[in-house]
Amino acid sequence: MLPGGHLLSVLIFFPAVGALALLLLRGDDHKYIRYLSLIVSVAEFIFSLFLLFKAPVGASGYQLEEFAKWINQPPINYHLGVDGISMFLVILTTFLTPISILASWKSVELRVKEFFIMLLMLEVGVVGVFLSLDLFLFFLFWEVMLIPMALLIGIWGHERRVYAAVKFVLYTMAGSILMLVGIIWLYNATGTFDLPTIQQMLANGVLVLAPRTEMILFLAFFLAFAIKVPLFPLHTWLPDAHVEAPTAGSVMLAGVLLKMGTYGMIRFCLPLFPDASRRAAGWVAALAIIGIIYGALVAMVQPNLKKLVAYSSVSHLGFVVLGIFAFHNISMQGAVYQMLAHGISTGALFLVVGMLHDRRHTFEISEYGGLATPMPKLAAFFLFAALSSLGLPMLNGFVGEYLILLGTYQHHWQWASWAALGVILSACYLLWSYQRVFFGEITKEKNRTLPDASVREKWILATMAVVTLWMGIGSTYITRRTAAAAQTVIDQVEPQRPYEASAPSQIMPSLAPMQPTHTAPRAAKPISFERLETR
Amino acid sequence: MPTYPILEYLWIIPLLPLLGSAINGLFGEKWPNKTVNWVALSSTGLSFACALEAVREFFASGQALFHKEFFTWIAAGNFRAGFDLQMDQLTVVMVLVVTGVGWLIHIYSTGYMAHEGGYYRFFSYLNLFMFFMLILVLAANYVLLFVGWEGVGLSSYLLIGFYFLRKSAADAGKKAFIVNRIGDFGFMLGMFLLFRTFHTLDFQTLFDAQHAAAWPAEAYGQFGTFTIACLLLFMGACGKSAQLPLYVWLPDAMEGPTPVSALIHAATMVTAGVYVVARSHVLFTHAPTAMLVVAIVGCATAFFAATIGLVQTDIKKVLAYSTVSQLGYMFLACGVGAFSAGIFHLMTHAFFKALLFLAAGSVIHAMGGEQDMNRMGGLGKKIPWTYVTMLLATFAITGIPFWAGFFSKDAILFAAFQSQTGGTALYVFGLLAALLTSFYMFRLIFLTFGGTRRFDEHKVHVHESPWSMLGPLVVLAVLSTVGGWLALPALFQGPDYFANFLGPVFGGRETAEAAGDIAAHHLELILAGVAVSAALIGLGVAYWLYLKKPGKADELAKSMKPAYTTLLNKYYVDELYAAVVVKPLLWISTVVFWKAVDVTVIDGAVNGVAEGLTNVGDGVRHTQSGNTRSYAVWVVVGAIVIIAVIFFWPSAGKPVIGMVR
Repeated sequence: MLPGGHLLSVLIFFPAVGALALLLLRGDDHKYIRYLSLIVSVAEFIFSLFLLFKAPVGASGYQLEEFAKWINQPPINYHLGVDGISMFLVILTTFLTPISILASWKSVELRVKEFFIMLLMLEVGVVGVFLSLDLFLFFLFWEVMLIPMALLIGIWGHERRVYAAVKFVLYTMAGSILMLVGIIWLYNATGTFDLPTIQQMLANGVLVLAPRTEMILFLAFFLAFAIKVPLFPLHTWLPDAHVEAPTAGSVMLAGVLLKMGTYGMIRFCLPLFPDASRRAAGWVAALAIIGIIYGALVAMVQPNLKKLVAYSSVSHLGFVVLGIFAFHNISMQGAVYQMLAHGISTGALFLVVGMLHDRRHTFEISEYGGLATPMPKLAAFFLFAALSSLGLPMLNGFVGEYLILLGTYQHHWQWASWAALGVILSACYLLWSYQRVFFGEITKEKNRTLPDASVREKWILATMAVVTLWMGIGSTYITRRTAAAAQTVIDQVEPQRPYEASAPSQIMPSLAPMQPTHTAPRAAKPISFERLETR
Repeated sequence: MPTYPILEYLWIIPLLPLLGSAINGLFGEKWPNKTVNWVALSSTGLSFACALEAVREFFASGQALFHKEFFTWIAAGNFRAGFDLQMDQLTVVMVLVVTGVGWLIHIYSTGYMAHEGGYYRFFSYLNLFMFFMLILVLAANYVLLFVGWEGVGLSSYLLIGFYFLRKSAADAGKKAFIVNRIGDFGFMLGMFLLFRTFHTLDFQTLFDAQHAAAWPAEAYGQFGTFTIACLLLFMGACGKSAQLPLYVWLPDAMEGPTPVSALIHAATMVTAGVYVVARSHVLFTHAPTAMLVVAIVGCATAFFAATIGLVQTDIKKVLAYSTVSQLGYMFLACGVGAFSAGIFHLMTHAFFKALLFLAAGSVIHAMGGEQDMNRMGGLGKKIPWTYVTMLLATFAITGIPFWAGFFSKDAILFAAFQSQTGGTALYVFGLLAALLTSFYMFRLIFLTFGGTRRFDEHKVHVHESPWSMLGPLVVLAVLSTVGGWLALPALFQGPDYFANFLGPVFGGRETAEAAGDIAAHHLELILAGVAVSAALIGLGVAYWLYLKKPGKADELAKSMKPAYTTLLNKYYVDELYAAVVVKPLLWISTVVFWKAVDVTVIDGAVNGVAEGLTNVGDGVRHTQSGNTRSYAVWVVVGAIVIIAVIFFWPSAGKPVIGMVR
């Protein structure tokens, strides 16, 4: 057995220790700061790989759980756990952090120490979100993550950075306040913040939610996550945040922060409020499909390259939401896969765009043109990332997109048919922008002498390319591990029978006789203690 | 040592070109051309050799279908897409055509591209194409086939845009990819539908179910899975194989280097659509409506593209429209159920059309890059090898007896004539297309090689190409000549060896014809005679217009100006698409979605809320005036409101908080 007790706690707090160490360094000692943060983040990545070996393949339920009492009244516990879905999201986070640090090696000159501290603290928040099994703890990390990200945008961003940072914070806060209300309501009803306990109560019928209550709670959670994803029409913070954020910020934002939204849907919305999820599925899918097509069309006409990539995220994340709300195990697997793949491929796109910005200090497509001549390697990497983003088979984007569409089609062929239009449109906006940036004669004299990828940049991009290719070919390594978790979620949302039979009208009457009184959930309390004590 | 080493390790055939591509792509930049050649030619050559060996082993093993699963590529739920390869007679034909013709074109390219920049890049892409094309034809399920399908689209994109400094080339590459994606949209939905009904996308499992009668009832019927899925798959085929209405990318694809046009846009990739239809024949034969659509689209495309080909002056454009037209023939064959005839034509077409393109490349090479036939003429004596080989290819494509195209086209027209559904119309338009083909091909020959020289001989130094280019021409000329003789005995009531060869794949449907009752045989002879006369008419007219009475063609064009300009502008289809699809889409995206919805409505609302809150805050601030009298007033007002709510609220009595349920 591999070493690594308390692995999850280590994963969450190791970057914080690193940030603390950075704090001790002198502010102008840039070299040490960079190397130290790189070492910390690489070590964190290696730690996270332990997850792969410590969690048994194909096991359902949470693994490597950690539990400690934190606050007695109200009973807030330090409860961590990992399953197939969160495992890879954590690894994605710990993978993208060193990449982001390397990408900021030269481009960040201002307040270097603080910058890297923020990146590491961001990692703490994000990893915490993915590993928390206590609603309060989850909310805590959810908010913790917000601060470093807002500062990353607001301090190290571009011209309109303050506007973008404020917009980002306000949008997210609006959602999280609703979620907080939902969490507190659940606590009131159950007397616990513990996610598995609440899930068990729901499964046992100890806690039964009336349809309207369930729907309101669902919406409270869902809105917070939908803003984060972002789902159309809650997406307008995203382009601003992306354009203004420094490269590292964009990579983390697109790579993992958006996934917190879709992760939240999988972890909370579906299992806790299955009935409401089913009733809302049509609307959610409609918004997701609008997002896919709308995001792609708006991306197509952006004159700003970074904004284009940002809108493409709206489109791609629409696929993920669609896959989740199709309630099919194939599409759920696809959604999880697409979350990971999008992190890599869009991360790579942002990296290349950032490299172009380092050279020319602009994102305007019209300022470029013909770049393939002075920088063939960067052009090749960009094309590679674009191809993975547009879902070329054998690269990572295809697997997720294909599974999502295939699974969705099994239940709702109309949804899948509309969504598949995104496949055409992604080729349009990516190839068109690629042509305008890299092909043709050089139109701006400044571009003629731009240097090609440096050694550092080549390593970054080559790493991304290798992961892209590996995920495109060896997808079963991941899907084997996410299968059980995805199936669990599907089982929770569709407890009795396949979806086709479970029209909402048939389910709701069965719940009607079990209208809870306000005191009934309180009676459920002993069960939760019992569960906690048997640990 | 396994009994059938190559067959057991079938992946080696596609892997070799992939290795070549990777090596040249990663390290070839600084290498001399010779090293790049060595890598590219040996990898494809070895692949060809392995393919031959695999075919030998396949026949030695005596299996009807060789199928092997190598590893699982995607798996989720009950869905599995494996890296599974298979080999049957249809694969044999395709693999040999791809590797054989591909290898010849690689050899040719070493001469043609010798003085071009980005030499390593070209061969890296070309090898990459071979990899994906081989995956496509060897795949044992639709998903892996789709890998090759998209992959050849990528290689095509890269190679069309090879001269990326030219905007037209970059445009053409992008257009090819996007139009293909439109087709792929259908293809993907087709796969999803098949999976929904049959729960598998493996060819063997899917097709074998027909014997076990294991297909569910929903598969049948007018709007059953068979019909819809076949139409969706055919949509993909229309994109890849440039059929109406998605053919528009192929003529533009001529922006790529000529060997690319020969390999990808004539001999192999564009036939992938035909291959898919033939591969899915089990499904198609259960979907008569889909078959009819395939036949009609094929026939219409054959005729339509041929009319455009009549007036083009760019030598490659003529060949491009000719390719579209010939692909139409293949679909016509599949549509009337004569799959083996379609594949037969696919094979002979690969020989003669590759040859035509390569010879055209040789002409362009000789003319120093000139592609306009109006500025050629009289080249026959200067470049005899090119001339003779191209003439032989022209005999083949126009269906002059005993050249390859004669047999395959004859088989298609015969099948169309005999078909139950709309046979006569299909036959007549097919025949007309054959006449037009003959005309525009001989027009090309006469304009290029015959007549007077219409270029400045002091500026253009016409020279015959090197043997690296002529060698493949000669080999292909031989193949274009003898390639159809497999069906020769059928003329004398003997067996059609090609159809018999494919018999195990396509089943017994066509053996009835091959068995040959006398009446059918006589009919076939008569039809062949008609087709040959059509070809001769075309030849005669071309001869009269371009050799006998030069200038007559221009007069004719003037006298029919509207028709002529319409054809010259390709029926304005590109302009139509731009006006109906592209421009509205860009407009609605920019003006409506981005500027109006995103910026004005959503962001406006968000900013409005923010501003509103600021204003509210501002207003509320003024209420805290510190004036006790105003506070007293507020207390009273508040009390009144609360009392009013308690009295008049409809559900008064329930607690307000905790009412959520």
